[in-house]
Amino acid sequence: MERNYRKLWWQHCLAIICFSVIPLLFVNLSLYKLFDRIYTDKVTETLRSTAENRRDAIDLFFSERIAQLYTVANTNSFQELTDETYLNRVFEIMHAKSNSYMDIGIIDSEGRHLSYVGPYYDLLKQVNYKNESWFSAVKANGVFISDIFLGYRKVPHFIIAVMVRDKGTTWILRVTINLKNIDDIVHRAWIGNLSDAFIVNSQNVLQTRPRFGGNFLETPAYPEFASDSLKPHAYPDYSSAVTTKVERIVHNGIDAFFAAVPIHNTKWILVIKESPDELLSPLQKGKYWMILLTALGLAIIATGAALFTNTLINRIKETDRENATNSDMLLQANKMIALSKMAAGIAHEVNNPLAAIAEKAGWLKDLLAEEDIAGSKNFAEFDESVDKIEQHVNRARKIIHNLLGFARRMEPAKEKINVNNLLDETTGFLENEARYVNIHIEKQYAENVPVITSDLSQIQQVVLNLLNNAIDAIGHDGTVTVSTRYHEKTNEVEINVADTGPGIPESELNKIFDPFFTTKEVGKGTGLGLSISYSIIEKLGGKIRVQSKVGTGTVFTILLPKH
Amino acid sequence: MDTLRVLIVDDEDDFRETIVKRLNARKILAEGAASGVKALEILGGKDFDVIVLDVKMPDMDGIETLRHIKKMKPEIEVIMLTGHASVEFGLKGMQLGAFDYVMKPAPLNELLDTIGQAYNKKRGLMH
Repeated sequence: MERNYRKLWWQHCLAIICFSVIPLLFVNLSLYKLFDRIYTDKVTETLRSTAENRRDAIDLFFSERIAQLYTVANTNSFQELTDETYLNRVFEIMHAKSNSYMDIGIIDSEGRHLSYVGPYYDLLKQVNYKNESWFSAVKANGVFISDIFLGYRKVPHFIIAVMVRDKGTTWILRVTINLKNIDDIVHRAWIGNLSDAFIVNSQNVLQTRPRFGGNFLETPAYPEFASDSLKPHAYPDYSSAVTTKVERIVHNGIDAFFAAVPIHNTKWILVIKESPDELLSPLQKGKYWMILLTALGLAIIATGAALFTNTLINRIKETDRENATNSDMLLQANKMIALSKMAAGIAHEVNNPLAAIAEKAGWLKDLLAEEDIAGSKNFAEFDESVDKIEQHVNRARKIIHNLLGFARRMEPAKEKINVNNLLDETTGFLENEARYVNIHIEKQYAENVPVITSDLSQIQQVVLNLLNNAIDAIGHDGTVTVSTRYHEKTNEVEINVADTGPGIPESELNKIFDPFFTTKEVGKGTGLGLSISYSIIEKLGGKIRVQSKVGTGTVFTILLPKH
Repeated sequence: MDTLRVLIVDDEDDFRETIVKRLNARKILAEGAASGVKALEILGGKDFDVIVLDVKMPDMDGIETLRHIKKMKPEIEVIMLTGHASVEFGLKGMQLGAFDYVMKPAPLNELLDTIGQAYNKKRGLMH
């Protein structure tokens, strides 16, 4: 039965790969997940601290401004400050310390602009703020920081106003703050190339200019276009955030980290947006490395599995082949043992009657010679019959002796034999006979064939038998090739007897060593030659094999051990 | 002039009787015994020069008989007659002191030759 080695190869190879790859992938994936979580946590934490840090900076800015305004308001009298020359001097002092102020104004409780220093003097001096929302807010709270608005000057700005009560009079000190100051603080949170930071008010309206998404007073939106629409999608709304919030969300198909932190002094929310691609780029890099290493590992495993499986399958093949040969040989040997026992039994049982017949015939012959019946008219018939009986007993005797030869278990002799010489001598017996039927005996001897220790006459008997068979197989006109080889590895001498005869059909090939198997016509061969040859070679510790192809010829191969 | 005396021991009656007759016809004093036991009985009263002993016989086989013969009369030469497949019996017989062995069925000439040789050996030993 032939094993399906290809299937076995695949099964084995895939099994190795599976059992190696599954743990590899499992370990790698879990490591990656763990690393991913730790790294994301760390990134989130960094984002949170950046946001809070920026928030603190903004709060500090506002606190400083408010404190400064209070200082100005309380260290100068209302009358002094309504004097625009004086106010101008105060503004210059304030401006010298910080360039965040754009203008300054003093407004009375009725909303009238009493004095103003700044670039929009003509525009703003006449304005009454009584109905402005910020005006009522500052009157209620004492201090007010406005959202960004365009105001009368139609330029985005925001104001800080503080209310002062001094000896019954209530007035308001109002400054316009350069937006750039806040922008600068916020922009310092632009860490990566794709990160963004901005401030929104409680209506989710932009208070600073974001890096990418939108402009002052707009709703913050992604600069990227979502795939399903040409309109930019709004950023998530953080305007109602109460505490610091850091999250990674996929919003409208866009994946981003957001940190939102409320600013204490205002109702504003600082929002920082980070691109995960950038923020997690080391993780990405790690992922690529992992994929690369995993791929490399897979390649090594696959190669290793293939190589290992190859070795294994080859070994199995070899073992199978050996087993097949061994079981064939065992089968043949068993058959031989059984047959030789049977042959011995038959020989013995036939021998006794044969001996009796031979003696009776001999006795008849003795009597015929002795008595005076030579004159009898049937004397010639008697004489011939007795002769025939003896002749056929003799024939039977030869068969029986051949059988016994097959069954014989004699200790083989141990002689030093030059195989090439032995073959020369043996072919010599038959050369004349062969030449007579135009068969050429070709000799191809190897030079390095060593002297072996074996039984010369028995080997000669086998070779003679094979040569006879070869000549009989050819019939006439052909070549018998006798060749020798030396197998140094196994220390065996090989003798080949090849003929150009008709060959043996495969169905008969496994029977040719069986006793009494013959293809020759009845009476020409006993069918014992090859089985005797087989048992002789076996007994000498060698092997005999046959290869044949119908139409081409037959090769008998004898392998003899050197010792 | 000594006459050659031969005892044929074989359980096969036809074979034994015929061969005895043929030997007698050749001026050899031959006698037959159908079994090992019978042969020993005959030996008790008579002397022989050569005994032809079949290896395979019922009751007492040739090897056993040979042992007894060699104990009783070691000077008698014994030829083992083997119809048995294995030559070992013949060889074993020779180890036990048989002169030679002959494969059955043997032409009478061959047997006579061997008997002659055995007789010569015995005579050489005796004289």
